[in-house]
Amino acid sequence: MRRREFLGALAAAAALGAPLGAARAQAARSLYDPPPFGNVSFLHFTDCHAQLLPTYFREPSANIGVGDAAGRAPHLVGEHLLRHAGIPVGSPEAHAFTYLDFEAAARRYGKLGGFAHLATLVKRTRAARPGALLLDGGDTWQGSATALWTRGQDMIEAQKLLGVDLMTAHWEFTYGEKRVQEAVKGLAPIEFLAQNVKTADFNDPVFKPYVMREMNGVPVAVIGQAFPYTPIANPRHFVAEWTFGIQETDLQKIVDEVRAGGARAVVLLSHNGMDVDVKLAGRVRGIDAILGGHTHDGVPVPLVVGNSGGKTIVANSGCNGKFLSVLDLEVKGTGVTDFRYRLLPVFSNLLPPDPAMQALIERVRAPYKAKLEEPLAVTEGLLYRRGNFNGSFDQLILDALMAVKDAEIGFSPGFRWGTTLLPGQPILREHLMDQTAITYPQVTLSEPTGAEIKAILEDVCDNLFNPDPYLQQGGDMVRVGGMTYACDPAAKIGARVFDFRIRNKLIEADKRYKLVGWAPVAEGAKGEPVWDVVEHYLKDRKTIPARSPNVPKLIGVERNAGLA
Amino acid sequence: MKQSRRRALKAGGGAGVLALLCAAGVVSPGDVLAQSGNQAAFAMKTVREAMRALGAQAPAVSAAIQIKASEIAENGAVVPISIESKLPGTESITLLIEKNPNPLAASFTIPAGTEPNVSTRVKIGESSDVYALVKAEGKFYMAKKEIKITLGGCGG
Repeated sequence: MRRREFLGALAAAAALGAPLGAARAQAARSLYDPPPFGNVSFLHFTDCHAQLLPTYFREPSANIGVGDAAGRAPHLVGEHLLRHAGIPVGSPEAHAFTYLDFEAAARRYGKLGGFAHLATLVKRTRAARPGALLLDGGDTWQGSATALWTRGQDMIEAQKLLGVDLMTAHWEFTYGEKRVQEAVKGLAPIEFLAQNVKTADFNDPVFKPYVMREMNGVPVAVIGQAFPYTPIANPRHFVAEWTFGIQETDLQKIVDEVRAGGARAVVLLSHNGMDVDVKLAGRVRGIDAILGGHTHDGVPVPLVVGNSGGKTIVANSGCNGKFLSVLDLEVKGTGVTDFRYRLLPVFSNLLPPDPAMQALIERVRAPYKAKLEEPLAVTEGLLYRRGNFNGSFDQLILDALMAVKDAEIGFSPGFRWGTTLLPGQPILREHLMDQTAITYPQVTLSEPTGAEIKAILEDVCDNLFNPDPYLQQGGDMVRVGGMTYACDPAAKIGARVFDFRIRNKLIEADKRYKLVGWAPVAEGAKGEPVWDVVEHYLKDRKTIPARSPNVPKLIGVERNAGLA
Repeated sequence: MKQSRRRALKAGGGAGVLALLCAAGVVSPGDVLAQSGNQAAFAMKTVREAMRALGAQAPAVSAAIQIKASEIAENGAVVPISIESKLPGTESITLLIEKNPNPLAASFTIPAGTEPNVSTRVKIGESSDVYALVKAEGKFYMAKKEIKITLGGCGG
């Protein structure tokens, strides 16, 4: 009923293009002042990917769930998601959570996120919840030009000013062990938690696994879970001395330990990805809530998963600074008895920027401003990345790589970060960096055989569609240019991808093909940074026509609620 | 203490691990290397043949055996695997990798009074089930876990 009230008020103020007025203030109040509940509160954001400024971010139209995850959150897109969450079509919330009518809705409701706007929302939410902890799920130090150029330092300053209490990590590790250790030393008062990162030799913990805090007289524990597959999904040489993994047994031990130590509410700050969190919640006892990230799922209604010890709330707070999770728990002598949860979209038009954060953002951008804001070309079409198989921005990257490097096939990694541009927007250098800012940006050429190409695609596809979430890595399918194929997500590895063709001609198992890619995980890979290659292409073209992404012919998923 | 362990390991590589664990009295060399009687089992090409060669006919699945390993290997060339047995009277712990050319990867005899908890690192060529075979009070029991080997990249 509260949901309905605030949606109603928002709908009334739907014409957000109108000047700031009473309706908009009313909408902001209804949306951003959920009544406090209980005695323990956690605020959570995750996977902001270093986006200090408000951005557009198109949610996926393909987020297919397989096995037990089929038809279940987070594998609901578009209208399936709206129906499930009771969100009216055309509402601001529908824009925040789905790709529907993206361009028109984006123009109507404006950009989301931005640390200055997020800071205002955090302050406002905290004011009504004294003692609330702010948790950051990681992927905070990577994803923008300034984060790459300062090795995450701009984001660390922003995290401190925002008032982050605790964080865990994933892409942070791609700056290498040394940088992470050094950054963690300077992170106070923020604590960096990861129960599942150990030394590779003797399995000693590298970071603090958890903290115990008292909130309004209630002892609570927060355990950190870093991305378990960091050395697999990203180059292992960055973290050669450390080992990761889900480490369920050790996690159970910690939960038992904090419970024995008096914790009456236990939260897992997780970078597992939502499907992994759902499986884990069914197997590990004693966690009240998992505040999760990694898979970038903005899930308006959390799942409640039963296990042998009781129930665990599983939430996932989206990405790009678009959302702030508010979890209010009622904790009594025995533990958690009830909860309220909201995933609040950060509409930059509804939340005035926090002046101190705005000043910080301007300060960290100042030395790079001209470089960041140099226009490279203008896009005529919508440019976005997110989706299981491809996005128009990835297609542009593929087209650029294949053209500049004269390759017949292009591969681009299935990252889930990267901002969206509307038709007519200039592509600034920082927009290109939003898609490419990583510490292993080399463009590589190779000549694999047709059989090897199939093996690579099968391998990546299994990391996306293996029915066991513990065997998934949480990225999307490698984007493929120059070659078409078919994909049956429910099939087993080896039979999932087939019918590979170049210009309609079947590729041959023994024949070699010239393939261009980027983001090599092998140590010592050489090549030009991808942003230089794509920039060359953009400056040469000046105007970028709309393009539709090359996606495989999909088999057996026509009725999947994760596919529009 | 920790630092010196680490230095010793770095200096000695793989052999260093073994030497050091032996020196520390964790295991004796005879436990780590195949017992002469097991040699036939090490040469077998399937899990079933290897188990049979060890005298294990259709061992019962036991929840008292725990295999600890990453679900997806970080590096297929050196996959850390630990096996713990809570079965009373555990005499031996054997590790088998189904898809490896020779599945039997390691066999440990557990002297009476020793905690039945062993760790090793093995090479795994492709995604495979791994088996822990435990002999306790003269009978065989087993547990199974899948370990995935992947090319990596493209995540998140």
